[in-house]
Amino acid sequence: MTNPNGRFGIHGGQYIPETLMNAVIELEQAYNHFKADPDFNRELTALLNDYAGRPSRLYYAEKMTRDLGGAKIYLKREDLNHTGAHKINNVLGQALLAKKMGKTRLIAETGAGQHGVATATAAALLDMECVVFMGEEDTIRQALNVYRMRLLGAEVIPVKTGTATLKDAVSEAMREWTSRIDDTHYCLGSVMGPHPFPTIVRDFQAVISREIRQQLLEKEGRLPDAVLACVGGGSNAIGSFYHFIEDKSVRLIGCEAAGKGIDGFETAATINTGRVGIFHGMKSYFCQDEYGQIAPVYSISAGLDYPGVGPEHAWLHDIGRAEYVPVTDEEAVCAFEYLSKTEGIIPAIESAHAVAHAQKLAPTMGKEQILVITISGRGDKDCAAIARYRGENIYE
Amino acid sequence: MSRIPDAFGNGKAFIAFITCGDPDLETTGAVVRAAVENGADLIELGIPFSDPTAEGPVIQGANLRALRSGITTDRIFDFVRKLREDIAVPMVFMTYANVVFSYGAERFLSLCRDVGIDGLILPDLPFEEKDEFLPICRSCGVNLISLIAPTSENRIAMIAREAEGFLYLVSSLGVTGTRTEITTDLGAMVRLVRENTEIPCAIGFGISAPEQAKKMAELSDGAIVGSAIIKLLEKYGRDAPPYVGEYVKAMKDAMR
Repeated sequence: MTNPNGRFGIHGGQYIPETLMNAVIELEQAYNHFKADPDFNRELTALLNDYAGRPSRLYYAEKMTRDLGGAKIYLKREDLNHTGAHKINNVLGQALLAKKMGKTRLIAETGAGQHGVATATAAALLDMECVVFMGEEDTIRQALNVYRMRLLGAEVIPVKTGTATLKDAVSEAMREWTSRIDDTHYCLGSVMGPHPFPTIVRDFQAVISREIRQQLLEKEGRLPDAVLACVGGGSNAIGSFYHFIEDKSVRLIGCEAAGKGIDGFETAATINTGRVGIFHGMKSYFCQDEYGQIAPVYSISAGLDYPGVGPEHAWLHDIGRAEYVPVTDEEAVCAFEYLSKTEGIIPAIESAHAVAHAQKLAPTMGKEQILVITISGRGDKDCAAIARYRGENIYE
Repeated sequence: MSRIPDAFGNGKAFIAFITCGDPDLETTGAVVRAAVENGADLIELGIPFSDPTAEGPVIQGANLRALRSGITTDRIFDFVRKLREDIAVPMVFMTYANVVFSYGAERFLSLCRDVGIDGLILPDLPFEEKDEFLPICRSCGVNLISLIAPTSENRIAMIAREAEGFLYLVSSLGVTGTRTEITTDLGAMVRLVRENTEIPCAIGFGISAPEQAKKMAELSDGAIVGSAIIKLLEKYGRDAPPYVGEYVKAMKDAMR
């Protein structure tokens, strides 16, 4: 899917300071070498299976299916992975790669804190130093994850610049990487940034769709009719879509965070409201003003609160292969509560965006059709924030 | 025709960076005049960007102050057009790729030509991506300035061979900002540049004191100073112009 310069259609590329160019070239060469190395793959598979708990379950949500009265609904349970989200798939891959490259220190950005926790976890396991940049605003709404990262031995640096959210954490991690490259790998958490990150992260997350495909063929003897996943940068979504891209019968639907609605400014629905731009190392869609100033986006979900989207999603949108729909805070919170009560599964507020769209879509589909929702993470981290949204103040 | 060679025609060049609109365009104009009157050979005008990923805290602050004052790319073009009526030294824009891309590269660069901008520095546009804007820069007679970093090593020759205007040598790892010490082997970098191009090279990032400027001038064709000037703007605001003038004079004198 990727051409040699890391382009997905017009999107992607390497729009980064010269200081980082040799670092990304070295990373690409190392990745191309190790992805074909049987020992590396054996080691990574062992980590994914024995440590992270793969393969994750594909669960038939019977009550939800009955309740919505349409398509048969399956949940891909990435929330059951160690550390509670899909982020660990990518992090174990990148951390192992960094270790093979002789790096001793991992830096990462984090929004909701799930990628930061996963990176801190891998660093602890592989004896690496770890520094996580997190928007100050997010350290408040996700205080529990800050504590988890510190418990795991990582240093968490609150970022106060800009909107003090995910985009500022990415900027600060990039700045840190330009100042210390020799021993440091930037463990980017989504399918974004300069080439080769969108490709590397997608490859490590593609395990999700590889498993969905195999598990569904075993259970139903057929492919799904639709796959739904939430999209911020888009790593769980591209992971869920990847092995279905060639199967045109499978609808691929990315659910963007609309925040308070796509008609206003308080939104993070990049493909629905943004336009093509160049930022954070890539050409893609971005929320921005008429002069190209990046917009201060908003979503209740810290993990989707990002003004851009991965370049492969931008391309899948351009060619009409995937659809991107907006889901508001209110819809996501209702879905968060709905899945908890209906199936006894508390999804991450990010994943709840995909559940919310499934609630609309499933009833319009036939009973013989199959819809898969990727539950990218677990929702424990969100309980305090959702309680606050509902006007109830609880201690974490 | 680019005026950039003029900057290097009378000894070592002192290049001053100023963020447009920090704290307002009137002050920017007065600061540019003060810098030029006191010996600045080339003016690098920053068009503020919301998320300047190559900048340290000082220039990030200038970007934010400027954007908060309501500055836009259009207003900056009008400002430069007026500035050109009495400023003869070469002027280049420093901004980020999205500012140019979003404005429309052809529209942006033809306005650069019309108002008298000689070059464009985009820290997030490396050699591999320069075709994004290079053909349009050339057709408008605006030099797209290339940067070389301490990590460039095997890339220096390749970049230098295709460089235009002047080469911007990044002195240190990391982002912009003043530094007490610069440890990179700049002499070796400059030698490699000289083997591959005739165009001048100037060193930037971390330079603030006259002794540093003197040393950089001995090593290369000029020194680029940003954060130290912005700090004066941060401190004195609208009263900054005479302080900047005094500072530029001290730096330029040290380089003679």
